[in-house]
Amino acid sequence: MSPILLRADDLTCRELVELVSDYLEESLSDDENTLFEAHIAGCDGCSTYVEQIRQTIRVAGRVTEDSIEPAARDALLEAFRGFKRG
Amino acid sequence: MQAVGSPTGADEARLVAALRAGDEAAFVELLDCHHASLLRVARLYVRAPAVAEEVVQETWAAVIEGLDRFEERSSLKTWIFRILVNRARTRGASEARTVPFSALASADAAAREPAVEPERFLSRDHELTPYQWATPPRGWPEERLLARETIATVGAAIEALPESQREVIRLRDVEGFTAAEVCAALELSEGNQRVLLHRGRAKVRAAIERYLDPEVAT
Repeated sequence: MSPILLRADDLTCRELVELVSDYLEESLSDDENTLFEAHIAGCDGCSTYVEQIRQTIRVAGRVTEDSIEPAARDALLEAFRGFKRG
Repeated sequence: MQAVGSPTGADEARLVAALRAGDEAAFVELLDCHHASLLRVARLYVRAPAVAEEVVQETWAAVIEGLDRFEERSSLKTWIFRILVNRARTRGASEARTVPFSALASADAAAREPAVEPERFLSRDHELTPYQWATPPRGWPEERLLARETIATVGAAIEALPESQREVIRLRDVEGFTAAEVCAALELSEGNQRVLLHRGRAKVRAAIERYLDPEVAT
């Protein structure tokens, strides 16, 4: 599924940043995965970039959603009670 | 507060048992977890907000009634969203958006869009190291990362994304859906889900960088 054809000895930084999600989703082939990890092991810029995508995911997990309106919640809770009563 | 995540099998079995026993706290927990995202997903299928509300109400009614028949072959969340999508699609016959979300998403995923501004890299003609970082990202201070302002920056960056990227990143990263759950809820292929997530995360990363490290950000 990778959009880029990899040459075994040559993955540039510009190519690597496009593979980060495939890497994190574990959808790279074994060869691509090896190449990816070999590149970030030797490249500060790319290892920082990958770390920042992980951090981005972590911060996004702290963003709060709107919660349900109290009136809607009460109405649904009433339906739940009613159903369970019979 | 926290992303809901996918509960473990044991947690889920406990929740289902509590719901079947009529435990109101368990039902409120379920409402708090899923109501907002059900509403967002419903709006992707039907245009009118009032109709989306109705579809979600009907979905909850069907969940309450169907609890005893829920077979736990899929996760509770997947089951709830499947009920929602079926109802929303039925209503969508008369209320349809001009462009269905899945079509919009495919078009967005097909467009080319680099994760990082090309100017951040050396040119193809660079004699030693073509396409390496010209302006590499620099580490972010951990203590600022989870500060309220940073979280607000991320919230705003997500809101500013194109709809298809926004909805995928909300479900995946804000609400903790798995890739399979997002594909089912939004009727996306795995490949398109991943491309949209990739683009969305890249833009949100860039927004954090503009906020925390404006010197290097483009």
